[in-house]
Amino acid sequence: MKNDLILRVIAKLLIPFILLFALYVQFHGDFGPGGGFQAGVILAAAVIFYALIYGLADARKVVPEPLVESMMAIGVLIYAGVGVAGLLLGGNYLDYFVLDPNPVHGQHRGIFWVEVGVATTVSGVMLKIFYMFADRGKVDEE
Amino acid sequence: MIINVLMLMMAVSVMVIIRSRNLFGVIVLSGIYSFLMATVLVAMDAVDVAMTEAAVGAGISTVLLLGALYLCKSEEAHAPSKPLLPLLISLSVGGMLIYGTLGLPEFSDPKAPIHQHVVPRYLNELKQEVDVPNVVTAVLASYRGYDTLGETTVVFTAGAGVVALLRRRRKGRKL
Repeated sequence: MKNDLILRVIAKLLIPFILLFALYVQFHGDFGPGGGFQAGVILAAAVIFYALIYGLADARKVVPEPLVESMMAIGVLIYAGVGVAGLLLGGNYLDYFVLDPNPVHGQHRGIFWVEVGVATTVSGVMLKIFYMFADRGKVDEE
Repeated sequence: MIINVLMLMMAVSVMVIIRSRNLFGVIVLSGIYSFLMATVLVAMDAVDVAMTEAAVGAGISTVLLLGALYLCKSEEAHAPSKPLLPLLISLSVGGMLIYGTLGLPEFSDPKAPIHQHVVPRYLNELKQEVDVPNVVTAVLASYRGYDTLGETTVVFTAGAGVVALLRRRRKGRKL
């Protein structure tokens, strides 16, 4: 699909909006539908779309494999780290009330970082699985 | 009403999936099935779940299945024997599951047990405690933070499992 002009142009047009939508779903998840899991999947979908049109090798240049692999673990660590931060500030594990002098703001802060962690892990895992599958099938040589 | 129409379309697509031998068509149809499911979830006001279904069910898994299809033939092989016993087992399990749903409370029944346990507390005290307009996010990330941590770990474990499985085989082939 590398030489298909229409697909390349459409992909170039669409991918920024997909990425923006992922960010919207991530950071607007407190107010509207969405959250870390959905945002992570949409983010991964944008990169997969890029890989399908421009080839796996180009996608690996944009989002390198070591980054994807570390994202898988970093997300869980961010999530667990929010829990540890609650412990260090004198609360229970995953207690968000102590994260800020104002307990309600502490909740907001806790939810924000937890969602960041979920999105990081989910997009990392989705991308990694796609990379592994595509690598065996060599999607980029199609 | 709209849900019934969508359910009917889902049933039709499942029937076609069962009958069809062309695996490419099956994959596209399963993506359509996921989109129909997402629409049903929107009609049931479960927008968060619908978004996940559309992104994962119709998007990512379709791409992954197409990637798998690239590795094998696009025609399904004929089964060597008629699998009557597995058919019987799955039919009876499906029948039992349908029988079980008959005992469930009506959809969105306010008197259902699930709406009387912790839900009133979530809905009444959310404003003072968490103050996040989307109740789903608040329950997911704050009230049920431990569950979501577990889920994130499960996603991580699944990814690690795929890495462990696929990477080893690829190395063995190349070296």
